[in-house]
Amino acid sequence: MSGAEPSPVVKRHAFLERLQEAQRQLLEPGLKSFTAAPGEYLAREGEPAHAFYLIQSGHVAIGTHLGERGAVPIQTVGPGDVVGWSWVVPPYRWQFDARAVDRVEGLFFEAAWLRELCEKNTTLGYQVLKQLIASISSRLAATRLQKLDVYG
Amino acid sequence: MDNELRSAAPVVRESAPDRSPWTPAVVPIVDRRQETGDVFTVTLAAPDGYRFRPGQFNMVTVFGVGECALSLAGASDEPTLRHTVRAVGSVTRALARLRPGDRVGLRGPYGSSWPLDQAAGHDLLLIAGGVGLPPLRPVMYHVLQRPDVFGRVTVLYGVRSPADILYRDELQQWAKQPGLKVWVIVAQADVAWRGPVGFVTTLFPALDLNPSTTWTFMCGPEAMMRFAARLLEERGVPDERIFLSLERNMQCAVGFCGHCQFGPEFVCMDGPVFSYWRIRHFFTIREA
Repeated sequence: MSGAEPSPVVKRHAFLERLQEAQRQLLEPGLKSFTAAPGEYLAREGEPAHAFYLIQSGHVAIGTHLGERGAVPIQTVGPGDVVGWSWVVPPYRWQFDARAVDRVEGLFFEAAWLRELCEKNTTLGYQVLKQLIASISSRLAATRLQKLDVYG
Repeated sequence: MDNELRSAAPVVRESAPDRSPWTPAVVPIVDRRQETGDVFTVTLAAPDGYRFRPGQFNMVTVFGVGECALSLAGASDEPTLRHTVRAVGSVTRALARLRPGDRVGLRGPYGSSWPLDQAAGHDLLLIAGGVGLPPLRPVMYHVLQRPDVFGRVTVLYGVRSPADILYRDELQQWAKQPGLKVWVIVAQADVAWRGPVGFVTTLFPALDLNPSTTWTFMCGPEAMMRFAARLLEERGVPDERIFLSLERNMQCAVGFCGHCQFGPEFVCMDGPVFSYWRIRHFFTIREA
């Protein structure tokens, strides 16, 4: 995975756009861009959750390893979505793998930097968590329906 | 509340041809195709003067077994009638055993249709789940024959597994058309699957959706449609422009028997295509 300082024009993502301008300005110094090649891992189960990813293009498979079945994708997320909330929850280790399905481009925050900022500025932290919970909520609802096997 | 839009977007109700509603025409099966493990398509000869609109259904009789409601899955201007069916009940399992040359009874077409005339000039979002794709296929044929009439067209199709994907070749052809996007998402992936995994609503964050110009047509499991409609409303799509096709136990298909009653509506006559605005209050009522 390669990372760099993003130019202003590429600092757009639905997650950021739902925040107020003043809050975005506080977050901007920590915003970095990344690209990942197909098959590359953004996160590996059990390893330190070092980042919070905002996906701008491409798709990321969230999954796990199931012995002989190998890597099993559970859910795929794409542009406009986020990857990773393990950075909020001690002991800050990824609970699942996140692997690029195709070429993925996006933005990320270093987990430690973002945690520290949110701890210092709890108003900002609350807004960041609200946005994160919205993502978690819709992802959880989709997972529940997926588990119900409603397609028959 | 957009009263103008609500009054301007009635669901078109079509009447059956001039024949006793109880008397089926007898038509031959002219083709049969196995789509997936338990889903097949039968092609029937159309009776004289038969015409339908996308979204409508027929009552098909397997003689000696019974009758069932089947949505129309072919183009509305083709000379034959296609039904894509999952073999799950006694009639559909018997239908699955029939072959070209065998005859079935046919009543129809019945019910309301997708509001394609009202949606003309706007973006279309089609959301299908499982065997909910066949009732939307006539919409795609309508759109493909009129490439300049609609804005951006997006198809989201969720299925259980890659083996359950219907009309694979057609989906690939549709995806090649300019202005048309097709996303297929599976709930359970196998090793070979390289596409999206999850429930169909997992695709929503990536949707480039203009709520003021988008008309949504949905068909699939009701749980899917409930959640999808809710998420679309959160994105600002008015409930007047969300349409869904319901499935109920339709027996007479002409509003006499009441088996398909849904709140104050008869799904066979007032539906199967409804605007979400019209039925949303009944949509969340739990059945006893």
